[in-house]
Amino acid sequence: MALFLLRRIGTMLLTALCLTFIVFWLTNLSPNLEKLAKNQGNVRMTDEQVASFLQDRGYSQPLPLKYAQWLGVAPGWVIEGRDGTTRSRCNGVLEDGTIPEDGRSFCGVLQGDWGQSTVFQDNVGSIIATRLGLTGKLMFWVMMVMVPGALIIGVLAGMREGSRTDRSLSTVSIITTATPEYVSGVVFIAVFASTAFGLRWFNGSATSAMEDATFENFTLPVITIALYGMGYIARMTRASMAEVMTAQYIRTARLKGVSFPNIVMKHALRNALIAPFTVIMLQFPWLLNGVVIVETLFNYKGFGWTLVQAAGNNDIELLLGVSVVSVFVVLVTQLISDIGYVYLNPRISVS
Amino acid sequence: MEPLSWFDIITRVLIQFTPVWIALVILFSVSVVYKRRLGLYGKLFDSTIGMVGFALVMFWVFTGIFGAFDLIVTHDPLAQVSSMKNKPPGTPILGAEDGQYPYYLFGGDNLARDVFSRMVKGAWVVVQIAPLATLFAFMVGITLGLPAGYYGGKLDTFLSFLANLILAFPVILLFYLLVTPEIVDTGIPNYMAMVLFIFPIIFVAVLLNSRYRTQPKVRTPMLIIVLGVMGWLYLSLVSQPGTAITVLPDGVDLFNLQGGILVVFVSVVFVNSPTVFRIVRGLAMDIKTRDYVAAAQTRGERPWYIMLWEILPNARGPLIVDFCLRIGYTTILLGTLGFFGLGLPPESPDWGTTINDGRRLLQIYLHPAIVPAFALLSMVLGLNLLADGLREESLRD
Repeated sequence: MALFLLRRIGTMLLTALCLTFIVFWLTNLSPNLEKLAKNQGNVRMTDEQVASFLQDRGYSQPLPLKYAQWLGVAPGWVIEGRDGTTRSRCNGVLEDGTIPEDGRSFCGVLQGDWGQSTVFQDNVGSIIATRLGLTGKLMFWVMMVMVPGALIIGVLAGMREGSRTDRSLSTVSIITTATPEYVSGVVFIAVFASTAFGLRWFNGSATSAMEDATFENFTLPVITIALYGMGYIARMTRASMAEVMTAQYIRTARLKGVSFPNIVMKHALRNALIAPFTVIMLQFPWLLNGVVIVETLFNYKGFGWTLVQAAGNNDIELLLGVSVVSVFVVLVTQLISDIGYVYLNPRISVS
Repeated sequence: MEPLSWFDIITRVLIQFTPVWIALVILFSVSVVYKRRLGLYGKLFDSTIGMVGFALVMFWVFTGIFGAFDLIVTHDPLAQVSSMKNKPPGTPILGAEDGQYPYYLFGGDNLARDVFSRMVKGAWVVVQIAPLATLFAFMVGITLGLPAGYYGGKLDTFLSFLANLILAFPVILLFYLLVTPEIVDTGIPNYMAMVLFIFPIIFVAVLLNSRYRTQPKVRTPMLIIVLGVMGWLYLSLVSQPGTAITVLPDGVDLFNLQGGILVVFVSVVFVNSPTVFRIVRGLAMDIKTRDYVAAAQTRGERPWYIMLWEILPNARGPLIVDFCLRIGYTTILLGTLGFFGLGLPPESPDWGTTINDGRRLLQIYLHPAIVPAFALLSMVLGLNLLADGLREESLRD
């Protein structure tokens, strides 16, 4: 088990390194840097001015070096600019051209220094922390709605395969998997929040839910995300439940005269929930997609909204921070799902 | 003129779709009559769910095709009639000229364009891109997944690592990184197109070569012709004037994809292929332990023959089902791209872009966003039902 864990974590770190490097490379391509220079400095800069602007701020170094500095494994740059001022990555503008006594020479993601956002004019680390908190709140409620809902639908449908309950619940889950968030969100707003339709049960915007989430302003975004994932998990649960219900030991239990509810609750459920567990964990990356769409649609300024802002405004440091966090969320959930699968299912051995 | 009532609107829309109905009736009656001779496709007509799904899918396919020939549309999807801004469904056009359709059946959007015609034209964008992109993703996934599953070992470890790398990327982030104009200018999507689109050629070449290797007289001319045609198509597809890759001169270049379609296409293929790879790899690992594979190995067949002519045909059931589901997923991805305004031009009538346009005024005017939303929903639903019906029927034998 320990070796398996070590291997998995090793692969995970390697994947994270590769992915962050790819994002770093894509965000640091020369057109992006040129745009950054023109945004920060002056729109009408000449090519030469752009080049010197970038060189003075350490952007013209070779890519692997920049990446190492950003990661925090290479000392940050100190460059004497052509305009006479000396700038450093870690300590800002240096008055006398040397790093002060209490200054740091390493400052990267590993040291907890995530850089400065150009859109929000704030520290990337603190932006991501607050936004992630808001999204966490949303996700918590999504999970609270989605997981029990999906499991109940799946178990009810898979309990008696081919019955009328099964048919109708399966149709419902197919419909929800065919409805992406931007479709269901639009339909929900139209039906429940528009003046044109008349029912004004909920708010069409979740901006106020950031401080104070109420039933009115938080229901629609939560339901919108939960619905898309729900059908998929429900179908997995149904398939796994239907398979378990045909197993020999269930037949034995029935022949012994155990009542049907007892069979479902005590004998079938545990074995039927192994497969959905992995699926639920693997839903996280997908939920991230949903979060971005829903937060944009309902104007809820969380992590997904920040991703769109960072990507749309060429905010390199923020975009890098956002990607690091999302890549790690995905990889950690994959790890948990692997470990959980082994742990839940004694038939799978690691060696 | 009076605005149309809901009953009138529905009647007029149904009449407008006449060519689609005719095509559907012909298709269904022919298929039902000959269903015993049509294999898996014919069996589809034994399952109600499969038939409903197939009808929904074919409805949009025909709508897209006829719409492209300007048959169903009532107005030019880009034409603006200034008095029709945000007008509700069924509003007559003031002072309509002769030959101009006198109503906006599904109303006007915030730029006073006809919502109905834009929906029909949007179907064409989806019908063009989604199946083709899925097919390319399958070619990439099959060409890489078969050897990974069959040989295993280092090759498998390496390819699986690459696939997991792409899968761990949040899709939206990937789109934002690939489809922004700055990145498009550097030509990265074009280089990716160059790499991804070569896989179908490799696939077909290996497929034919492994089959006819022992008959050089058939193989050589066949390979020359097929690869020549495919190579030409490939170069025409990849080479785009004004981008980083301009290989072919104008006269020889067969076609150029307009505004951003290539970029959208590439990113959708790129996102889909690792999942296909994983499925094919799993199937290959399962099937390679069967007796008929062992028999082929004992016969002395080459590895690629076994992979493509023994394993692949026996994996077709799950692959066909996944193909249908994946077209639906690709449709959703295209909509996502449109929803974030990535890739396709802003006036494009595809459903994602129109939903995005319509959502800004959603609280007051419903129709510009609801119409494409339901169109997309019904198409994806149709594909999911079709996949379900196929799965049921293919499990039956």
